[in-house]
Amino acid sequence: MNIMTETALESAVNDKMNGTPNETIKMRGRKVCVFYGEKQALFDVDLDVRENQVTALIGPSGCGKSTFLRCLNRMNDTIDSARVAGKITLDDEDIYDPKIDVVELRARVGMVFQKPNPFPKSIFENVAYGPRIHGLARKKGDLDEIVETSLKKAGLFNEVKDRLHEPGTGLSGGQQQRLCIARAIAVSPEVILMDEPCSALDPIATARVEELIDELRQNYTIVIVTHSMQQAARVSQRTAMFHMGYLVEEGETDKMFTNPDDRRTQDYITGRFG
Amino acid sequence: MSLMLVFAAVLAIGAVAFFVGRQRALVQDDGKVKPHSRAHYHGWWAFLLATMPALLLLIVWGVGSNVYLQEHIKSQLPMQTADSPIASEKLAASLTTSLANGLRRLDPQTAANPPASFAELQPQLAARGVALAPDTQDYMIPIAVDANRMQDRLSLIGAILILAVSIGGATLGVSHVQVRARARNNVEKLVLWGLLGASTIAILTTIGIILSLLFQTINFFERVPLTNFFFGTVWDPRFAAAGSGGSEGQFGLIPLLAGTLYIALVAMLVAVPVGLMSAVYMAEYASPRVRAVVKPALELLAGIPTIVYGIFALVTLGPFLRDLSAALAGGTGFIQAQSVFTAGLVMGVMLIPVVSSLSDDIITAVPRAMRDGSLGLGATRSETIKRVILPAALPGIVGAILLTASRAIGETMIVVLAAGVAANLTANPFEAMTTITVKIVNQLTGDLEFNSPQTLVAFALGITLFALTLVMNIFALYIVRKYREQYE
Ligand SMILES: Nc1ncnc2c1ncn2[C@@H]1O[C@H](COP(=O)(O)OP(=O)(O)OP(=O)(O)O)[C@@H](O)[C@H]1O
Ligand SMILES: [Mg+2]
Repeated sequence: MNIMTETALESAVNDKMNGTPNETIKMRGRKVCVFYGEKQALFDVDLDVRENQVTALIGPSGCGKSTFLRCLNRMNDTIDSARVAGKITLDDEDIYDPKIDVVELRARVGMVFQKPNPFPKSIFENVAYGPRIHGLARKKGDLDEIVETSLKKAGLFNEVKDRLHEPGTGLSGGQQQRLCIARAIAVSPEVILMDEPCSALDPIATARVEELIDELRQNYTIVIVTHSMQQAARVSQRTAMFHMGYLVEEGETDKMFTNPDDRRTQDYITGRFG
Repeated sequence: MSLMLVFAAVLAIGAVAFFVGRQRALVQDDGKVKPHSRAHYHGWWAFLLATMPALLLLIVWGVGSNVYLQEHIKSQLPMQTADSPIASEKLAASLTTSLANGLRRLDPQTAANPPASFAELQPQLAARGVALAPDTQDYMIPIAVDANRMQDRLSLIGAILILAVSIGGATLGVSHVQVRARARNNVEKLVLWGLLGASTIAILTTIGIILSLLFQTINFFERVPLTNFFFGTVWDPRFAAAGSGGSEGQFGLIPLLAGTLYIALVAMLVAVPVGLMSAVYMAEYASPRVRAVVKPALELLAGIPTIVYGIFALVTLGPFLRDLSAALAGGTGFIQAQSVFTAGLVMGVMLIPVVSSLSDDIITAVPRAMRDGSLGLGATRSETIKRVILPAALPGIVGAILLTASRAIGETMIVVLAAGVAANLTANPFEAMTTITVKIVNQLTGDLEFNSPQTLVAFALGITLFALTLVMNIFALYIVRKYREQYE
């Protein structure tokens, strides 16, 4: 018994060290179709998101990456014309079940947008926004702690610790994006969705956000949309390629970039179209 | 030549210049050198050169020759003495001017050689539909004839000069046409000046209004002490004609100011919450179809003339509230038919569309990214509105509210009909009070002598009102700026 446990532990540690990925499926999409009015934007997408991994969504502009991403936390509900069909689960729970509380779902599946969009409030208030509305801070001082740890996790704390009460909109673009990440982390989501989080950033800020994503992977499941092949290769463990509303193929990032099954993936990655 | 004719001629010259200039530019463009400006710009530049200086001269000449003519008439009138039949030189001059204008209606022969006595001339003029004051004097006739002759001469010279300038300008403009000439930039510059001029008109008008108020106000305060006006708690301007107790009335501003602010306050208490909530509904919740119906309907409310609201208050709402209060409390009821409450209520309803339509625009202008950011963190819609959208829209909303308040303070017709004209000082909203605007109308209408304090007080009230709204607008701007700095 004793020995067994020890070996189990050892193998677990070894797995971690070797980077053998955790294969638990966090979110599962089956036959996901999305319509904007009459127009169909996604066709029967089957895609799994694995726990504590970074899944990258790639594909040419207009192929439905953002649309799929927004399905995962039901942000499409806020678009009047959008309609979603198919099944998406989070921990084997159907998120489009009428019994599901959308607000709670979005607290579990957070989102970071393409353009940094801090609220016109102080840095502190930006991060404290989510914990406040969800009542996460029970005791006095809890809130301060949540804000501080979130900012630290987002790698922003040192830069802003002396100006927590200045407006978040006064930060640089890269800092604003990290502030938005801190804001999303502050509600302790299980999954973080990121829609081209670096498209408004310079290479240095991009590198910092990428580093951050890699660190966040320890505790969160991440889905990221990106147009940069290098970025997808650098930060993700799995990659999904979309084309014209269809999922073309999905697999381990290394394989996708070295030996894709589909011609279109090959063409897209080597820059022949898109 | 009449001014209208000259004006038309100048425009015609301008039109010719335009076509000639454009044609010339088209002909010159041989396709070898890229022209700096497109042909129509050359046309416009020629048009502007042909018309602008000439029209400027037209205005200056028109005004100048009139002034000159007046001076000329005055210099010919006999010296003003104690027993002059006409009260003042000014009056005599204006009688002569009217006479001169009247003479123009007669046929040229008679006009050049009219009968020497006014008694004889008057029937002839009357036959042409010219009515003149009976105290027009005989000696004015030759002066008038002379003035007419002089005016003819002046306008002929003017017409020749103006047409010369216009033709000169046209020639210059057309001669400017060259492949590399920068007609486009020139036109641009003139357009800029035109725009600048248009915006200056608004500013100049404001200054003019202030000055005209200011002079009469100073006039007023020479007769009535400042303390009487600003600190007096009684409004009782006695009629000058009553005489005996001195023409000095009591011009206490306080009851009017209190009435103005009180009614405005009640109106804002109605308009701001209702307007704001309907704006939030319209901007955040209404489906496009509902919005397409409700928004214009609400704005229709803003198009109803305020006098109609006043009638509604006077005929329907006022009596209804009085009877209602009578039924509730017995006796005559605690709400008077004309009251602060009634006026405020109706004014508030009038202001709802103002608040809601301004705020709606402001709320819709809050970027979608803000909403997404909040919703994406798991906030509900109303949390998003309360914590993100309204704070972001706050400066604009405060501005809208203050703008609305300015309107409430300046409103007249509803108050006259719904709150009455009695200048009470009371804290009871169910009694009649009145406002500054109502009293301005009151003091300016009626046959009081213009130069009496009873009339002049209207100007003092006007400038007070102006200062009040000005301070409010400045305050609004201040708030908007302050928050904007913080938020952007
Ligand atoms: N709100 C909307 N209303 C109507 N159609 C939409 C809407 N949003 C997206 N679409 C359409 O759905 C399709 C997929 O759009 P989506 O935004 O998901 O593309 P994307 O892959 O994210 O592209 P990009 O890389 O340019 O962001 C496009 O054809 C787009 O025109
Ligand atoms: Mg997108």
